Amino acid sequence: MINWRIFIAVCLFGSTLVAGAAAAQTLRIGLADDPDILDPTQARTFSGRIVFAALCDKLFDIGPELEIVPQLATGWEWTDDNKGLIVRVRSGVKFHDGEPFNAAAVKFSIERHLTMPGSNRKAEISAVSGVEVIDDRTVKLVLSAPYAPLLAQLTDRAGMVVSPKAAQAAGETFGSHPVCAGPFKFVERVAQDRIVVERFADYWDNDKIKLDRIVYLPIPDSTVRLANLQSGGLDMIERVAATDLEAVRKDRRLKLLGITGLGYTGITINLANGERSRTPLGQDARVRQALELSIDRAALNQVVFNGEFQPGNQWVPPTNPYYVKELPIPTRDIAKAKALLAAAGAANPVVELMAVNNPEFLQAAQVIQAMAKESGFDIRIKATEFASSLELAVKGDFEAYQIGWSGRTDLDGNIYNFVSCKAPPALNTGRYCNQDVDLELEAARTVGAPDERLAHYRNVAKHTIEDLPIIYLWHNKWLWAFSTKLSGFAPSPDGLIRPQGLQLK
Amino acid sequence: MTTFLLRRLALVLPTLFFVSVLIFGLQQLLPGDPALALAGEDRDPGVVAFLRQKYHLDEPLPVRYLLWVEGVLAGDLGESIRIKRPVRDLVLEKLPVTGELATLAIVIALSIGLPMGIVAAVKNGSAIDHAATMAALWGRSIPNFWLGILLILLFSVEWGLLPASGFVSPAESLTRNLATLIMPAFVLGNAIAAVMMRHTRSAMLEVLNSDYIRTARAKGLRESRVVLHHALRNALVPVITLGALEFGELLSGAVLTEQVFTIPGFGKLIVDAVFNRDYAVVQGVVLCTALAFILLNLVADIAYVLVNPRLRG
Repeated sequence: MINWRIFIAVCLFGSTLVAGAAAAQTLRIGLADDPDILDPTQARTFSGRIVFAALCDKLFDIGPELEIVPQLATGWEWTDDNKGLIVRVRSGVKFHDGEPFNAAAVKFSIERHLTMPGSNRKAEISAVSGVEVIDDRTVKLVLSAPYAPLLAQLTDRAGMVVSPKAAQAAGETFGSHPVCAGPFKFVERVAQDRIVVERFADYWDNDKIKLDRIVYLPIPDSTVRLANLQSGGLDMIERVAATDLEAVRKDRRLKLLGITGLGYTGITINLANGERSRTPLGQDARVRQALELSIDRAALNQVVFNGEFQPGNQWVPPTNPYYVKELPIPTRDIAKAKALLAAAGAANPVVELMAVNNPEFLQAAQVIQAMAKESGFDIRIKATEFASSLELAVKGDFEAYQIGWSGRTDLDGNIYNFVSCKAPPALNTGRYCNQDVDLELEAARTVGAPDERLAHYRNVAKHTIEDLPIIYLWHNKWLWAFSTKLSGFAPSPDGLIRPQGLQLK
Repeated sequence: MTTFLLRRLALVLPTLFFVSVLIFGLQQLLPGDPALALAGEDRDPGVVAFLRQKYHLDEPLPVRYLLWVEGVLAGDLGESIRIKRPVRDLVLEKLPVTGELATLAIVIALSIGLPMGIVAAVKNGSAIDHAATMAALWGRSIPNFWLGILLILLFSVEWGLLPASGFVSPAESLTRNLATLIMPAFVLGNAIAAVMMRHTRSAMLEVLNSDYIRTARAKGLRESRVVLHHALRNALVPVITLGALEFGELLSGAVLTEQVFTIPGFGKLIVDAVFNRDYAVVQGVVLCTALAFILLNLVADIAYVLVNPRLRG
């Protein structure tokens, strides 16, 4: 047996040496899925945003506490009527094709987001009605109405500035070879295999960049992703499965870091979307309150996620400054739940719970099923493939739908489109509509001061916690595992891997 | 031989037409709205409407089929909605990967299955025969994904000898290319070797009991010459059939194995495309693999005739 192992080792000696030499210069990151098109205007996947963090700088970024900090911008101010945002942009910045970055490039990118057919950014910055170049370093975004979340939108893909020359030349295929002003430039992409970027020598903030190359490798299976990390084939992996945490913690060659994310998972109730909303659960808030009181969120988190995630009852986690502290997570109360069901005249309601058929979601649905049974609920789980579940939800062919939302930097992105009467039907699938809630949501969009916004969201929470169009359950934690050779990684609530400061020993 | 070839070739076009209708029709049975699935988490109504219109998702099924066929006949297999790349480019990118993996798997299967089958037949009823049969049973019953994970844990995590997953092009580094492919090729080849061993064994047993072998032995020929020269040639016909069919199946994507080892071939491409409802990719890849399968069958037919001239009639 030993001879056989030595034989294989000798056979592969050369290849291991070659691989080792290459790895010393290159950070290899295992992604949980393959990004979609690498065009900031058309892109929509989370894993794509991780790659963009190396490729495309934005006007603004977020800090560890979700504060907005300038990146390609140097400063900003709102006009007196809050219907204009004046942004001053950095000088001495070049795009990867050598073209200069300036106010005209910002105008081009924003207008591209707004006008390109099929743009996924249009809805995010639809409040922008025009862009004016004041001078080479200053640009003004003119708004049709005050819109406080705009700055936060510009910390993501809507704030990425592309090279006008390259974008005009490539048209729709720009994403096959993106040209931005980030610390790394695009080298190659083999679909489902790898995306390679290399250090951009003329990057404006080059002192913070220590790596020569980054290779992103999409490996959807979490076990295989971890095996690659343990065997030295990768230096870092994202979205570590909760079930793999013990193995990572036991391995002295690895480090584990995590941070509560911006998103949530909850149960959306069908309140007014077609015939299937005509159930006690859909028509009587007391039944929904009983269901919520049946669930022990802490126990659910313990059973399904080894206690790693953050239980929650609002659209932001309890650690967020906009969490309404006066309305904390209710403790499980079976007696009260039974009393509510009796008052509603539905002692044993039958509820079909549609859950996306991934192991963790199904396990969570089973725990909820068992917990709710004690109050008298008969929950029937309908495991459904993700794309199919979306279609059923939009059509209204569901009673309760367990689904997650990845979260947005500004809390408006976590709530408005899910409970507003004006929300897109594909997001507010339960068709919740409450004029009082709408007034508060609209008002929160127009004010900038955090205290004033919190006051409006407090009023929203009072309504939604009583009406329960969505029963929020937990907030995911972003988990990264990486080799001890890697230093300088700072977890961010948006889950991105920023290359600034990263260094391999 | 020419008539034989023409007859076989004449069957290719109607088969491809039938396959294309089947691919298109079956795909429509998939639940889930492709525009919704591809519009991203925000599901912006403007984007959903744009996708429906651009990719003709709002047209009736026959119209969509004709539009697709029109493109295919012009050499355009459509565009991946997800990554906005021509399907033809994706197919050309993945074909060498899957082709190499399939070839290596077949080489491994032949290297294990053929000698095992011959030895088991020659030593019929002996301990070697039983051991070979047991090994074949093991090879066939063991699930690919399980063996794959086991090999990764052993050779990559525990011993650090081989990369756990991924693919390196042979043009970049032949040693690293083989290092990345050896485990997945073994997983695939192992299962095929088992079937190949059984087929070789039974074909050899049948031939070894025939009159002409008895005559060859009576003439005093060496046993190795009787087995390898006279018996094996006739026993190869079913093995060639099996080899061609298995190779065709491997080309259509070793789905589980490619997923486990993250090999960017047809299998991974098609699985991701199905989950994302990227219809053009599914249609294009299935059509190409169906064509490959049909051509491989043709090659197998020709190989029969070359090996056994009695089939030419």
